[in-house]
Amino acid sequence: MRRPRILVGSPLQLLLLACSFALTAYAGVRLLADDWFGVALWVVGAALLHDLVLLPLYAAADRAVVRGLGARREWVPYVRVPAALSALLLLVWFPLISGAVERRYRSATGLSPDGFLARWLLISAVLFGGSALLLVLRLRRATKGRPPAVH
Amino acid sequence: MRDDPRLPSSPGFWRSPLRGPWFTSVLGLVLLVGITVLFVTGLVSYAAYNPDLSPVNDKTPEKGILGFYLFAWPTNPHWLYRLNQGVHVTLGVTLIPVLLAKLWSVIPRLFALPPARSLAHALERISLLLLVGGGLFEFVTGVLNIQLDYVFPGSFYPLHFYGAWVFFAAFVAHALLKTPVVLRNVRQLREERGEKREETNDLVTPRPAEPTVSRRGALWFVGGGSLLLFATTVGQNFDGPLRRTALLAPHGGEDPGSGPNGFQINKTAAYAGIDPAETGEDAWRLVVTGRTGTVRLSRARLAELPLHSSALPIACVEGWSTSDQWWRGVRLRDLAALVGYDGDPPDVFVESLQRHGAFRSAALSADQVADPRSLLALYVNGEELSPDHGHPARVIVPAAPGVLNTKWVARMTFGDL
Repeated sequence: MRRPRILVGSPLQLLLLACSFALTAYAGVRLLADDWFGVALWVVGAALLHDLVLLPLYAAADRAVVRGLGARREWVPYVRVPAALSALLLLVWFPLISGAVERRYRSATGLSPDGFLARWLLISAVLFGGSALLLVLRLRRATKGRPPAVH
Repeated sequence: MRDDPRLPSSPGFWRSPLRGPWFTSVLGLVLLVGITVLFVTGLVSYAAYNPDLSPVNDKTPEKGILGFYLFAWPTNPHWLYRLNQGVHVTLGVTLIPVLLAKLWSVIPRLFALPPARSLAHALERISLLLLVGGGLFEFVTGVLNIQLDYVFPGSFYPLHFYGAWVFFAAFVAHALLKTPVVLRNVRQLREERGEKREETNDLVTPRPAEPTVSRRGALWFVGGGSLLLFATTVGQNFDGPLRRTALLAPHGGEDPGSGPNGFQINKTAAYAGIDPAETGEDAWRLVVTGRTGTVRLSRARLAELPLHSSALPIACVEGWSTSDQWWRGVRLRDLAALVGYDGDPPDVFVESLQRHGAFRSAALSADQVADPRSLLALYVNGEELSPDHGHPARVIVPAAPGVLNTKWVARMTFGDL
């Protein structure tokens, strides 16, 4: 507890924050010039959506996986890793994978928008399949060799 | 009440044994370097448009002192914009897992009570809202823009540019306040190799759940996510088999066509609203204006002028590019000479037949016009330009952002802008 109190007490910190806010105000006025409500909604909404929706959702999903596997704790990474990586790709490339920008994408770039969903599913299948294969190998090694501790 | 572990304001609510100063510090250091590179490449990309040259190049005319660093964009090396923008977009996509992990690692502090311990602490928390909100805003607008999903509230250029400054103001304050602590954490924990210090930090849970992964393992996990995104994105900066490795990136996978004109397209002729009747041999005339008046040139007449070749890429602000294509056409400086600028090429204002689009006209600087590799191209890779690549004629300038390489050129006005 002691260190934070020293940090917040510092007049240097106040000065630094004042300088930072001055720049924020200068750029912020310009950022908000056209559609102040829409932009403010996006900036604040992005933080709130992440902190109060996305993070609790994936944390709850992770906890559900851990609980669901119960005693088979060593299986956790073999589910968690492919699921998280697949979800990450979906999150980043959602407009393309979901087909939301299909028409504009096709007419602007001359490229086919059809492959994204299939490719995402394929990558996900490879991730889960590879993970399952590793788990099976590990379980077989464990039953054959019976090492003293598995990490 | 404060210590009721059912409430997120209680330290006991957060049970992951991963959270602690070491984990947060390592992620913080990666972001310190990564976001600095993103900011610098972003500013460089902004300068590449030469916004001070002409209002048509400037999507942020109110920028004021935020354009303090602007410089005349060079034409050397010819891959400069391609590299800069490839780094900006690919690195931005790659850093997403690190950003998410960093935010996860400090989430308990969002709910910590009391909300502010002092005025300075209250201000710091407002600054953190701008840091998190501004940072996510930059990442989200960037990721949406490269997928052509224009759902954000306004035009991309001002939003991403001013948003970057709002974010960076908070980022610098945060970095200056935290970097000494971060470096101390990383150094001390490396020296002690122990968990002793970890227990005194507010990020460390008082009720750790049974670990399912080590801290090191969690870092590998985050790095693996970054690696996966990198590996499925970076290929959109190269032609041939490498592009096919960019499995989910907007300009990964297959090329739009085959043969000399088969390479990647930013906006097709149909999308830009080009009427084929306007580009035919009988209808189309290039109107060149300068010191000595106006010259009208048919495509056949243009093809009789001295033709030159240059190998240059198409590099888009969206972070994809092609390898060097072999262009053939009339040098821009030769066109300037036709209208009275022999040996002293000035700036040029280029207008397209294109009906809509933010860059249907663009300005090029005198340096760009003077470069012998800058062409009004009629051919690419040994063949006539296709409609989607700008037939009858398009501009191609070394190191310039893709949208300044105007396609379907109708009019060129030489003279100081």
